[in-house]
Amino acid sequence: MSIPLFEAILFYVFAGLCLVSALVMVGQRNPLYSAFALIVTICSLSAIFGLLGSPFIAALQIVVYAGAIMVLFLFVLMLLRVGPEEVEAAGQQRVLKVVAIGLGALLLAQVGAVLAGTHLQPPTHFDASSRSMARVLFSPQYVYVFEATSVLIVGALVGAVVLARKEP
Amino acid sequence: MTPDRLVQSALLLSLALFVIGAVGVFLRRNVITVFMCVELMLNAVNLSFVAFSRALGTLDAQVLVFFVLTVAAAEAAVGLAIIIAIHRHRDTLDLDAFNLMKW
Repeated sequence: MSIPLFEAILFYVFAGLCLVSALVMVGQRNPLYSAFALIVTICSLSAIFGLLGSPFIAALQIVVYAGAIMVLFLFVLMLLRVGPEEVEAAGQQRVLKVVAIGLGALLLAQVGAVLAGTHLQPPTHFDASSRSMARVLFSPQYVYVFEATSVLIVGALVGAVVLARKEP
Repeated sequence: MTPDRLVQSALLLSLALFVIGAVGVFLRRNVITVFMCVELMLNAVNLSFVAFSRALGTLDAQVLVFFVLTVAAAEAAVGLAIIIAIHRHRDTLDLDAFNLMKW
C-alpha cells in the first residue's frame, strides 16, 4: 500500500471519528457523556495535527487538552454531581432549536462554498519539529509574549482559587 | 492524498466542527456542556491555524496555536471556578436560572 493512500485512509478515519463524537457531544443530555465524547474528539484531532505534519502541536493537544483541561472538566462534573438535563417543554424551545440549526447550516454553506473554491499550494517540504518550533517561539518576536503567558497562568490560578473557595 | 487536498479537507473539517460547536452553544442548557462546546470551537480554530500553517509553509500560526492552548487552559480554570461559585448560590447548572443581570 502506498504512503499517500495510507495517509488518506487515516485522515478520513480520524475525521469521521472527530465529527461523530462532536455530534454525540452536542446531542447528549448527560454532561458526563458529553465530556467523554469531547475527549475522543480531541484525541482524533491530535492525530489529524500529526497528519498535517505538526508533531509538536499534536503532543501539546493531548497533554494540555486531554490531560489537563478535560480532567478539570470531569473533576468539576463529579464534584457538582450533575445529572442529565430535564426535557424541556415543547413550543418556544423547539422554535429556537430550529433557528439555531438553520443558522448553523447557513454558516456551513457560506464558508464551505468559499473554502471549496480556494486553491492552496502547500510547499512539499515542511518542517515543524520541536526544534524549529522552539526557534520561532524563542525568537525576539515571540519571546516576550511567551513570558507574558506565565503571568496569565499565575493570574488564572489565583483567580480560580479565590472564586472557588468557600466564603468564611 | 496530495498536500493541497489534505489541507482543504482539514479546513472543511475545521468548519464542520466549528458549526457543531456553535449550534451546541444554542441548543444545550447546561452551563458545563455550553462551556465544552466553546472548547470545541477553539479546537476547530486551532485546526484551521495548523492547516493554514501547512499551506503557507510558515510556523507563526503554530505559535499562535500554542498561545491559544495556554489561554484556553487559563480560561477553563477561571470559568469552572465561576461555575462552582454559581452552583453554590443557585444550586443548579441550568442556564435559564442565571438571570440576575436581566433588566
